[in-house]
Amino acid sequence: MIEIRELSKRFGAKLAVDSLSFDVHPGMVTGFLGPNGAGKSTTMRMIVGLDRPTEGTVIVNGRPYAEHPDPLHQVGVLLEAKAVHTSRSARNHLRVLAATHGIPTSRVDEMINLVGLDDVASKQAGGFSLGMGQRLGIASALLGDPSVLVLDEPVNGLDPEGVRWVRDLLKYKASQGCTVFVSSHLMSEMAVTADHLIVIGRGRLLADSPTSELIRSASSNRVMVRTPDAGRLETALAGPDVTVTVTAPDVLEVDGLASARIGEIALAERIVLHELVPQQASLEEAFMEMTADTVEFHAAAGSTGGPDRSSV
Amino acid sequence: MTAAAVAPVTIVPPAGPAGMRVTQARVIRSEWLKFRTLRSSWITLGAGMAGMVGIGLLVSWATNNHWSRMDPIERLTFDPASRSLTGAFLAQLAVGVLGVLIVSGEYGTGMIRSTLGAVPKRLPVVWAKVSVFAVVTFVSTLVAAFAAFFGGQALLSSHGVSLSAPDALRCVIGAALYLTVVGILATGLGFMIRNTAGGIAALFGLLLVLPGLARALPSSWQNWVVPYLPSQAGMNLFAVIRDPSTLAAWTGFGVFCIWAAASVALGAWVLSHRDA
Repeated sequence: MIEIRELSKRFGAKLAVDSLSFDVHPGMVTGFLGPNGAGKSTTMRMIVGLDRPTEGTVIVNGRPYAEHPDPLHQVGVLLEAKAVHTSRSARNHLRVLAATHGIPTSRVDEMINLVGLDDVASKQAGGFSLGMGQRLGIASALLGDPSVLVLDEPVNGLDPEGVRWVRDLLKYKASQGCTVFVSSHLMSEMAVTADHLIVIGRGRLLADSPTSELIRSASSNRVMVRTPDAGRLETALAGPDVTVTVTAPDVLEVDGLASARIGEIALAERIVLHELVPQQASLEEAFMEMTADTVEFHAAAGSTGGPDRSSV
Repeated sequence: MTAAAVAPVTIVPPAGPAGMRVTQARVIRSEWLKFRTLRSSWITLGAGMAGMVGIGLLVSWATNNHWSRMDPIERLTFDPASRSLTGAFLAQLAVGVLGVLIVSGEYGTGMIRSTLGAVPKRLPVVWAKVSVFAVVTFVSTLVAAFAAFFGGQALLSSHGVSLSAPDALRCVIGAALYLTVVGILATGLGFMIRNTAGGIAALFGLLLVLPGLARALPSSWQNWVVPYLPSQAGMNLFAVIRDPSTLAAWTGFGVFCIWAAASVALGAWVLSHRDA
């Protein structure tokens, strides 16, 4: 369980994180999304005390991270940048971390085996590929058998098999009751991995809702229709909750009517349809829509006092 | 579904499997493991010690060869114990660089994030690094100092002294103590500056450049400044005959220790107050 309250971080003139408040719950995978520079990494660093909040608090399992007697058993962390001495072997790196908590070397070897680094465990970590580095980072995150995982872009640099492995691991950990908080810029990856999403833009919270709900709210029933008789169809479809946009001479984009209903109306009016395609909003689009809102919000804030941001 | 998943109540989970927690002793063990699992530690330390013994032997041999042509005053003030320990001036380079590097190397590679992630209270890392490095430096420089002393005195033959000569033992142990404190000073600077080049520059600025600069002061001020500079204060611990303007051996060493303590204290303050 991670509880973030009114968390802010200022770097000089830049407010990287702006009064964020949200909870990350156990038993599910929570995705952390935001465009580059949104403050995801800074937020994650503050969870484990690497950066000190300018204001606000982060509580992990009931206490600030640093106040736990067994930090590695509370939170396993993988941060975006490599956090390994390049001249030390992977196994020795893990042994060094294990030693601080009195974790036996047998556990180190178990983790090396789990992440599939047996063959290179005695090689210097500096020579590792990005994917191998990520595996080592995941091994160190799991070392203390933590109940909370905080992973910054864990699939970055992994091959498809590795991506799948991480996805399964995260889901497994969540099913065991762990709190799994994972950031990614791969929206598609989050759509299949995360049960819940936290979206931030410019350091501010944009959304905090289940993944399915986020996609549903963004999809808004848009249907693309291609017809040689666009003008007549536009008139036929007109209604109180329907918006029709002409995107090309023969293409209409209809918002507010199901594709089945559009087909029926076209048949009744004897209008020929060449294409009738429901527009599936992907998480990607939901995300773009939301972050576009942040830009608008910032641009309009001065003149109108800020438009209302509907919580998705 | 576990109970925790349906009850978003703040509960402190049970402590880890039998005794899994951070203690100062464990952080020290971890730092010792860090030190010995880097080949560069041993290469730097080994090179420094070899240099210390090598220089000691070389200058002792040269002094013995040159004896008959030496100036009488030079012969009168000749200090065989400290002559054989001349290599400590070289060894301080190795020890100082290594002292900075055990900290700055972690910042340079990103290892510090793993270190502080495991020990988020942070200060135990400072105490562990300083104590591990101090013990390693003291043990290895003490061995080198004894080797340089015995080898050097043998090469000085009739001009040499035995360990039972006045202040000889103090000089040998003093050289190791001086180098140990150089290492501690360097580690403190590493925590303060975090960058290898900057840390090394600061260390040798303090040890080697500052005395030279201070000599540009008016001479009435010099007496109040120069003896208290770190290297000037510390080095008499391995000299039998000292320049009367400098501090007595142990007094000077005390001053040098204060410099090192200040360096570690400042480094600890920086570590606990700045973002990693």
